[in-house]
Amino acid sequence: MAGVDSGTSAARPNPFARNWFVTGIWLLLAGYLVYSVNALGLSWERISTGMGFAGNLLDKMFPPNFSRWELLLGGLIESLEIAVIASFFGILVSLFLGLFAARNMMSGWVSSPVRALIALCRTFHPVIIAILFVKSVGFGALAGILTLVVASIGFIAKLFAEAIEEISLKQVEAIRATGASFVSVVLFAVMPQVFSRFLGFATYQLDSNLRNSTMVGIVGAGGLGGTLFSAFQRFDYDFVAAILIVIIALIMFGEFLSNLVRRIFK
Amino acid sequence: MSSAQAFLEIKGLQKEYVSGNPILKGIDITITEPGIIAIIGPSGTGKSTLLRCINRLIEPTAGQIIFEQADLCDARGGELRKLRRHVGMVFQEYNLVERLSVIENVLTGRLGYMSAWRAWRRNFSQQDINTAFELLDAVGLSEHATQRADSLSGGQRQRVGIARAVMQDPRILLADEPTSSLDPKTAVEIMELLERFAQEKNIPALVNIHDVNLARRFAKRMIGMAGGKVVYDGSPEGISDEHLKLIYGGESWLA
Repeated sequence: MAGVDSGTSAARPNPFARNWFVTGIWLLLAGYLVYSVNALGLSWERISTGMGFAGNLLDKMFPPNFSRWELLLGGLIESLEIAVIASFFGILVSLFLGLFAARNMMSGWVSSPVRALIALCRTFHPVIIAILFVKSVGFGALAGILTLVVASIGFIAKLFAEAIEEISLKQVEAIRATGASFVSVVLFAVMPQVFSRFLGFATYQLDSNLRNSTMVGIVGAGGLGGTLFSAFQRFDYDFVAAILIVIIALIMFGEFLSNLVRRIFK
Repeated sequence: MSSAQAFLEIKGLQKEYVSGNPILKGIDITITEPGIIAIIGPSGTGKSTLLRCINRLIEPTAGQIIFEQADLCDARGGELRKLRRHVGMVFQEYNLVERLSVIENVLTGRLGYMSAWRAWRRNFSQQDINTAFELLDAVGLSEHATQRADSLSGGQRQRVGIARAVMQDPRILLADEPTSSLDPKTAVEIMELLERFAQEKNIPALVNIHDVNLARRFAKRMIGMAGGKVVYDGSPEGISDEHLKLIYGGESWLA
């Protein structure tokens, strides 16, 4: 028996000994950070001159100029439409793709290609997709809608699939045992288990699409972004400020909407 | 149903999850009589697998299961679903759809009889709705009809599970350890319900059960399984300590 004060027992390895491998990785990381800051020429001087310009810009932005409110309102309405239409179709398509991508519902022959498609949708940033669509279907809202549909699929189809993969198969087994068809099994055993999570993802995506709908315009895919970009190019910084304020209002409105939906379906 | 025609005929049923390592080694059971038939045996001997082969939640490896003049082992797609809807199943952990209401859970017993489109709109026939409420009355849960299933206690859930199975208008009931998650009193009540529905519908109820005494009390026939084979098939009175030793092994548990 090894007593607490026994001095005779052999030295045990210290479980908290320094792991030089891990320490090395941390040091390497710190070194790379320092190198990057130097490589990009970041210095206090650079930062302080930058801040000077920023102050200059802020001066020109205030007070915000709402005199061209018709242009502003037109862009806002278009952004909102793009976001709502893209969310509707994006969520609809994602529902099916999510189901087909769930590995506990589908065989690998179906789920693997669908998962690859979803991954492809998520590969590119929406700005890149928007440029591709503007080049292929032309300037305007259609390109924006297609962009956000693709972005929605890339994001929530994956979340839908993961939610479905986490369901309890016991309930599925019971519904299958009643002689229900596959579609009925999905409707009565799968959907009830994932519906509230789907709702959460869908409102999050609507929120995200609202945000992104103001961005796609910058590359010519319709909406408030286009108005913003041209205001920047014409140095109308007071109008820029007005647009930014409207975007903030739009996003808060989206937040309010998604809270409302969540409360209704609680 | 004439006595010459069996409710269920299982012939040479085999199942291997891993090739070369069978869990069911040729099961032959013919069921010609209604009422409770208890299947006893140690854990892992294939009782659950046997039941799940009957409604094809598990694919049998070999053998035949003759039910309603068709071989369940061969049935596919729509034909399989049509046979399945006449096999009511009760689960050990109830397997209710927790986020649906109690009455919706009972009505899922009709899914095999209706299109998914009608089911989705909850367009159940008035007759089905009446039957569902009558069944809830029969299991004593009418006042919980609109509650969510996950708000019920274990015994209440199992009653809903039984109502769902009976809602299918089954020609046979399967119950996989229906009482194992319940207290002794509730377990007896659940067995009484199964017995009652089997009598009313004049159908057999195949019940996997751990509790030998509970099985003896309710079963008209007992099937003892050990090592993937049927080692006893006969009346509950005929089962001796020798048989139980053969089924479960050892004897210290036989007080």
